Amino acid sequence: MKFTVFRFDPEVDKEPRYSTYEVPVGEGTTLLEALLWIVDNADGSLSFRYACREAICGACAMFVNGKHRLACKTQVKDLRADEVVVHPLPHLPIIKDLVVDMSGFWEKYRAIRPYLIAEGLGDRELYQSHRDRQAIDEMLNCILCACCYSSCPMVWTNPGYLGPAALLKAYRFAADTRDKGGRERLKLVAGEDGVWRCHTVFNCAEACPKDINITWSIQALKRKLARAAVGLKP
Amino acid sequence: MPYHRILVVGAGLAGLRAAIEAAGEDVAVLTRVHPVRSHSVAAQGGVNAPLANVPEGKEDSPERHAFDTVKGADYLADQDAAELMTRLAPERIYEIENWGCPFSRTPEGKIAQRPFGGAGFPRTCYAADRTGHAMLHTLYEQVVKRGIRVYEEWLMLDLIVSGGRCRGVVAMDMVSGRVEAFGAEAVVMATGGAGRIYARSTNSHINTGSAAAFCYMRGVPLKDMEFVQFHPTSLYPNNVLISEAARGEGGYLLNRDGERFMARYAPKAMELGPRDIVARSIQTEIDEGRGFENAYVHLDLRHLGAEKIKERLPAIREIAMYFAGVDPIEKPIPIQPAQHYTMGGLDVDKDGASELPGLFAAGECACVSVHGANRLGGNSLLETVVFGQLAGAAAVRYVRGLEKTGPDGSALDTAVGEVEARIGELISRQDGERTAVIREEMKQVMFEKVGIFREEGPMREAVEKIRELKERVKRARVDARGRRYNLELISALELPAMLELAEVIALGALTRPESRGSHFRRDYPQRDDANWLKHTVARWTPDGPRLEYKPVVITKWQPEARKY
Repeated sequence: MKFTVFRFDPEVDKEPRYSTYEVPVGEGTTLLEALLWIVDNADGSLSFRYACREAICGACAMFVNGKHRLACKTQVKDLRADEVVVHPLPHLPIIKDLVVDMSGFWEKYRAIRPYLIAEGLGDRELYQSHRDRQAIDEMLNCILCACCYSSCPMVWTNPGYLGPAALLKAYRFAADTRDKGGRERLKLVAGEDGVWRCHTVFNCAEACPKDINITWSIQALKRKLARAAVGLKP
Repeated sequence: MPYHRILVVGAGLAGLRAAIEAAGEDVAVLTRVHPVRSHSVAAQGGVNAPLANVPEGKEDSPERHAFDTVKGADYLADQDAAELMTRLAPERIYEIENWGCPFSRTPEGKIAQRPFGGAGFPRTCYAADRTGHAMLHTLYEQVVKRGIRVYEEWLMLDLIVSGGRCRGVVAMDMVSGRVEAFGAEAVVMATGGAGRIYARSTNSHINTGSAAAFCYMRGVPLKDMEFVQFHPTSLYPNNVLISEAARGEGGYLLNRDGERFMARYAPKAMELGPRDIVARSIQTEIDEGRGFENAYVHLDLRHLGAEKIKERLPAIREIAMYFAGVDPIEKPIPIQPAQHYTMGGLDVDKDGASELPGLFAAGECACVSVHGANRLGGNSLLETVVFGQLAGAAAVRYVRGLEKTGPDGSALDTAVGEVEARIGELISRQDGERTAVIREEMKQVMFEKVGIFREEGPMREAVEKIRELKERVKRARVDARGRRYNLELISALELPAMLELAEVIALGALTRPESRGSHFRRDYPQRDDANWLKHTVARWTPDGPRLEYKPVVITKWQPEARKY
């Protein structure tokens, strides 16, 4: 099967180019397996990120036949196409080929204080009901792959916008009954680079390889902020 | 050139926990992937601690947990280390929960616990079937909170030893290809297992073991490397892990005749026998023609019902659907055993200290030993946080006790020069075979001849083959000559180190004429406590490993027959 892969080495190439490879594909062959086949058998100079190959580490996000995907989770046959065209995550600076610079993404992750704010008890667990734990279950599935971030038009045009992944993380803690961050954390996501920049185009939810409704979480943060603004308990 | 008093190599659970412990010192973490990509993220089923949070576990205690660990280990674990681990288990679990780890809950709002193989009580704490993910993200959050410096996408390529102590590491920035020496007074190795030496492995692609091998090649001995865990249930055909939680929640193993065959091998424990026994049972069914397509058996969850599968095993369901096109609510999952865990590792004591001053290790790359000849499910995550913390604390004590510190300039320069020469030679060689060919041959021979069932003849062939590959790799070439994010170069730099480990595993297994835990010899099917109740210690020499042995620490439990 024909694979066309975006190539760019800023130290050598003046402009991006494409390489084409013919890769043997069988039942169940994943895109990651195909890319690894290329490195081992056809072209060792192709660069991409990967690790777990089971859709949990978030390393191998890329843009495949017009969609955000994890290479490891994508079965080539499921693409139902004669050709596979692979690009790096759009709208992120390119380090080489399919490897993008994620530093902006991580900077925004750090900005929302991405950790539980609570006094520990040391010798026992903090109480949390089964129901309260289930309420944040979906948000916990985030693997920080940046598919959502790369798909969001507000991120493309507003360099300061925190973006879907960081906001999802903020909601994961804001909605955790153990967290005492309260209004202090909400302040971090208010402002024009926070939740109000989200225009609910739902690209993030569509791009998410873990099927998380990220847009919903951002709206839930907006509700919390609105309640806080009129003096209600967020 | 970078210098930190303490350098942690590896950013999985053990490494991050060590770094958090050392946060009061000048500490940094060096890792080949962003921390949340580390292989700890893939751990599914849970983490053991005798919390007695569920009614069936009321009688549980650190002592019962330690006994199960020692028995599961086929008595090769050091019993003082197992007791230490289980005694510290509750505080480490409460600590990570207090830091935000989203464990699943009991109806009373406590951390939920489920049954696991080889355990007398339900003591495996879990966050659905994404426990490693939950724990790793939590520890990374704590690292961010503390502002600990992380060098991401740096691949360790050598250990720097000078004046009889560890002085840092050499690493390559994967992005630029630049080689740097990282000076350090203490190095904590937390680089995970070496599963990718094997053809069929549940491990992440990054689990090559190369970093630990570089320490071995600088004189740090490896312990018990012949003990390699094969997980009973990996997805057929690509060997993605299907958690033991699937059996903990009540899943059945069925052969082609629809028979729950574990009744023949472990009549009491059935599917919840320890991993070595269940893996051999499955392989026996397949070898004797009672599997499917001579390759797999079924793991049947259908009787658990859609609701329980969706709540307790959502990731398993996802994996089966993505990678095998099977929804376990409707169909049984095709599974086969695959390499899963490296019980052996850098020989360290209970503080994670190796015999080389300044070199510590924790987690899967280390061997304390608590897992002995067979690790119990749920004990590896526990090991990472318990011994990560201890190793971090020990590294702090060590550097504070040093009289003279500061980077050892000439040792660092020499070390960088050696690694640069290694790289230069590789990318300038015009002929020779590509390293990928050699790597695949290594993986095949390890799986076929030093796998679940072992025998003298095939293992001799394996040792010969590895020695041949070690020669061939010296003449191999890489085609990609650029330094920037060069995957082929990275793989080629790791391969000689992987072959060193393969040789230690194969030779250790060949030299041990008994069966114990995961090490099963068809030609010596019995355990031999009179002669072989001892740890294998392998020391590097230019002519291959030199094997020595040292006693197992026995405190309370004399070895007895292991029945389940």
